[in-house]
Amino acid sequence: MIVAAGTARFDAIALDSGATLAPVEVAYETYGELNAAKTNAILVLHAFSGDAHAAGISAEGGKPGWWDNMIGPHKAFDTDKYFVICTNVLGGCRGTTGPASINPATGCPFAMSFPVITIGDMVRLQSMLIDWFGIARLLTVSGGSMGAMQAVEWAVAYPDRVVSAIPIAGTTRHSAQQIAFNEVGRQAIMADLDWNEGNYYGKQPPARGLSVARMVGHITYMSDDSMREKFGRRLRGKENFSFGFDVDFEVESYLRYRGSQFVNRFDANSYLYITKAMDYFDLSNGHVSLAAALEKTAARFLVISFSSDWLYPSYQSQELVRALRSRNRDVAYVELQSNYGHDSFLVDVAEQTDLVRGFLANTFEKAQ
Amino acid sequence: MKNAGFVGELLGRSDYAIIGEIVEPNTKVLDLGCGEGELLEWLAANKGVEARGVELSGSKVQKAIARGVSVFQCDMEEGLADYPDQTFDYVILSQTLQEARQPRKVLREMLRVGRRAIVAFPNFGHWRVRLSMMFSGRAPRTSLFPYEWFESPNIHILTVQDFEALAALEGLTVERRYFLSGRRKVEFLPNLTAEVAVFLVRRG
Repeated sequence: MIVAAGTARFDAIALDSGATLAPVEVAYETYGELNAAKTNAILVLHAFSGDAHAAGISAEGGKPGWWDNMIGPHKAFDTDKYFVICTNVLGGCRGTTGPASINPATGCPFAMSFPVITIGDMVRLQSMLIDWFGIARLLTVSGGSMGAMQAVEWAVAYPDRVVSAIPIAGTTRHSAQQIAFNEVGRQAIMADLDWNEGNYYGKQPPARGLSVARMVGHITYMSDDSMREKFGRRLRGKENFSFGFDVDFEVESYLRYRGSQFVNRFDANSYLYITKAMDYFDLSNGHVSLAAALEKTAARFLVISFSSDWLYPSYQSQELVRALRSRNRDVAYVELQSNYGHDSFLVDVAEQTDLVRGFLANTFEKAQ
Repeated sequence: MKNAGFVGELLGRSDYAIIGEIVEPNTKVLDLGCGEGELLEWLAANKGVEARGVELSGSKVQKAIARGVSVFQCDMEEGLADYPDQTFDYVILSQTLQEARQPRKVLREMLRVGRRAIVAFPNFGHWRVRLSMMFSGRAPRTSLFPYEWFESPNIHILTVQDFEALAALEGLTVERRYFLSGRRKVEFLPNLTAEVAVFLVRRG
């Protein structure tokens, strides 16, 4: 598999809030080769805490990409056939401009002076990168969770530029419950004194707050079943309760570990900005209905949800499917059975692979 | 000389052969209870139709999507509600009318979203079914109705004449009717001799 990575720099980007960010950088990786006609390009879109490293083994750290089980030779997104692009989202902290980036006006990190961004802004920046590659139309845009939100935004914002969209375990708008969980995460960060109104760069970051935010997040990514299976009530390295507040249970140990790991790779202010972008997301904004918003798109859709996903429940995917159907758009939909909760799209990929592979092969053939 | 009564099979089924014959090229087709999407795939490849399917079984939907057919997982009795009127040229219901909870409502919905409905169903009036019941004194079991009564998905069994009566009640025009026994068409006393009936109906 041919892997390339880089950073593209643009003079400026106009944001939904009315602000302008200038200049702006976007980190990307690509897998496979763009064909001569430039018709085999696929954009994969990462979830909340992901990055541009979607596949292969990274040079630094030697870690597999977040969708390495889906992207590669003979995998769902077959890099022998397709050219796969992944970027780090705007507001992120993994190479694309975000609150930790240096504000050229001050020479200091933006911190909370970074403009508030939206899913639409993330997609606009991606479209600039696609222009930069000289690609007129993407064969598909696909991602899970926040990646699914970007995929549907793409289909509506750039209807002429996407042949198809594969939103997985996603929604067309954040629900009260989803906003609520995000707000708990944000409050955990902002309640940490080390957060210091966002000015912690070069000092002690709000590790405890960010870690707690991540712990809450991880609970929502799993299911009751998967947690019972993985941890049950097992104790961690002991036979009896400690009768104290150290780690007793495996699940406590796991969450603490994941929380502390997260602090090493994620910026707390990015957490605030990206979760806010998700919360603001409502595809029907500015339209009389979701169906009216989707009127613009001619893309073919494959929509996938998972039975045990309670963070982005199937009804949200079904809302999208029903709205597309009401406009007689070409849409395939299935709820896959899985016990892994919201994480299913990352970990339980056998059936998802068959669906994506078949859908893409057919879409590619029709588009030629 | 070609045997006029011989229908043959499409994908192993004679009712599919009839449906394949009825559907005009380059039309829009919705198949209710489309299973793994074989018929839709054939119609798309051979008739250039814009094919859509509805299927309740997740594993069948997966296979259909994997073969490139746009199918969505849904109950067929709910799946039609979202579509605008007269979206399709044909709505196909093959061997499923007798499984519907509200067959009359399904037929009405089919003719709301589609200009024509193609309905294929096993004929409960076939002589073998009648004999089976007469001699056994139990719910009939034949090759067409192979289930024990307590396991059967067929909750609204009907005969050729029953369908004709419903079509009349609904004020439908039967444009074409086909009666099949094995791989042959039958015309004589279809309510007794047809194993499977295929109707092409429209409203008015």
